[in-house]
Amino acid sequence: MAKAVLGFYNSPEDLIAGMEKVRAANYEQFDAYTPFPVHGLDDAQGLKRSWIPWAVLVLGMSGTATAFVMQYWMSAVDWPHIIGGKPFNSWPAFVPIMFELTVLFAGITNLVSMLVACGFPNLKKKIFDPSLTNNRFAIAIEEVVLPTHDSHGDVIERKPSKFKTFNESEASQLLKQSGAVEVRTVVQEGWFA
Amino acid sequence: MATVADALVTGGKTYADVNADVSRPLESFPTTKWWVCFGTALFFLAIGLASWTMEFTYGIGMWGLNHPSGWGTDITNFVFWVGIGHAGTLISAILFLFRQKWRTGINRSAEAMTIFAVMCALLVVLTHTGRPWYAAFWLLPYPNQRQLWVNFRSPLLWDVFAVSTYFTISLIFWFVGLIPDIASVRDRAKNKTRKLIYTLLSLGWRGSNKNWSHYETAYMIFAGLSTPLVLSVHSVVSFDFAVSNLPGWHTTIFPPYFVAGAIFSGFAMVVTLLVIMREMFGFKNYITLGHLERMNKIILATGMIVGYAYACEFFIAWYSGSAFERFTFINRAFGPYWWSYWIMVSCNVLSPQVFWFRAARRNIAVMFIISLYVNIGMYFERFVIIVTSLHRDFLPSSWDMYVPKFWEWGVFIGTLGFFFTMFLLFVRFLPAIAMGEVKSVMPTPKENAHG
Repeated sequence: MAKAVLGFYNSPEDLIAGMEKVRAANYEQFDAYTPFPVHGLDDAQGLKRSWIPWAVLVLGMSGTATAFVMQYWMSAVDWPHIIGGKPFNSWPAFVPIMFELTVLFAGITNLVSMLVACGFPNLKKKIFDPSLTNNRFAIAIEEVVLPTHDSHGDVIERKPSKFKTFNESEASQLLKQSGAVEVRTVVQEGWFA
Repeated sequence: MATVADALVTGGKTYADVNADVSRPLESFPTTKWWVCFGTALFFLAIGLASWTMEFTYGIGMWGLNHPSGWGTDITNFVFWVGIGHAGTLISAILFLFRQKWRTGINRSAEAMTIFAVMCALLVVLTHTGRPWYAAFWLLPYPNQRQLWVNFRSPLLWDVFAVSTYFTISLIFWFVGLIPDIASVRDRAKNKTRKLIYTLLSLGWRGSNKNWSHYETAYMIFAGLSTPLVLSVHSVVSFDFAVSNLPGWHTTIFPPYFVAGAIFSGFAMVVTLLVIMREMFGFKNYITLGHLERMNKIILATGMIVGYAYACEFFIAWYSGSAFERFTFINRAFGPYWWSYWIMVSCNVLSPQVFWFRAARRNIAVMFIISLYVNIGMYFERFVIIVTSLHRDFLPSSWDMYVPKFWEWGVFIGTLGFFFTMFLLFVRFLPAIAMGEVKSVMPTPKENAHG
């Protein structure tokens, strides 16, 4: 079970200030836990912008294309009918459904991307403390546990990590210095353990 | 520093108070008031079920529909309920893009209202086909043994795509918004089963900022997608009428006029619901008079747009020089259905005018009554558009009157019952105020200390 050191901060402002110090320490696995999105925290934490908009753009446009191809093929290729004296490929009449399918594809992509990006449904990692969805703000520095042996029992050789190695007392010292009012060591549990 | 006037949460609440207050209705046994409302809603729903049973047994011939009035309260109900839904999306998406912080107190319940209203719309439009179990054959493009496809040039088919997309996206948007709040409820839960259910529903949310970052991006995109979607849906609904050649329907003003009317009626329904909800659950510090006043301003503004559209229609009917157009509009206001026209005008155009006065905008009794008037007025607007245009068609020999029968009204009563049953269950089992979003617009503990 991976360990983590959890430091609580009094306010979102303290959390951002603390995050800048924690980030500078160059740990591999650290994250903030808050009851609502704190603006300015992403920059302090060094998070890149989400990739979700690109997925939505591409699949949204594929919705437009799907709708046009579907309507064109059904109305003008598979069984052409003259309806209301209009041409078989009466594309202006296809626009509303092209728009709706664009939104439908984009919206479903947006949901699926969000679930993938956040690792949902998350069955294994339980929340560190119930107050984190209520009124408290925390930063966790987490231990990274990598398997030492592969499936054949051979030792896995790794390049030395460019990150700082996790050390419980050092990490809790860092959190205290960065303004945490309470620091404790926790163990990552599962939801259904 | 926030002044008292624009404080979005009153009563000096802390973050923990928000969770405690919003979760209270979920964690305590329902009050008598709730049971009375729920019982009434179930009774209405039972009338609806009886009406649908009658309809499916004897067919829609038992309704008052005839030639030339092929549409009546069925499509009136449909347009009414789709329209109601629009305010929820406006609050959740458009006000989000405009960074209107006051939306946070009301967006959750408004979105829930949208979903239940669109369910009602789907329900009435599917059942008005008479044999809804055949509806899939006519509505959806799928390979079939008749080798026929649906007609993509028909606005009725655009409607199928528009309303089903609208329902899907609204439902997803609402659920995504709920995830962090379900997690809050989960972390308060003491009962084991309760904890398990909310854990599953929360998808294992744990408030990680890496998750928040993706979540916020996705939320913004949902708002961006829903904004044109909501404008498109009622435009497409208006095409059901505007694309036909019938005087009274065949006008280019319909899409913006319908969208404004939809927002107007939807906001009235939000006010109706929130006035009851804040009273019943003690949410007065979160849904303040300030919130209600802002909504009343929107009701006033959209009511004026609708009033302008009524006037514009008359002007164009005269200006067109078409005898049929002129006849239709004079008949609308002074013909056999004159009373429905003037109910519409007095409820939709005249009654919201009291909101020019600040005292009226902030008076619970006044706004509750006006919101009911607007709901009634908007129901009659659709009735007027549909029935008065149809009952006098081009050939005087086929003119006829349309009088809705009891079982038609029963369907409408049934949708009301369904809507309120769903809404009452929602406030009982899910957080009715977006806790995370409310907290993000509250002053932080540090700001409070300096304040």
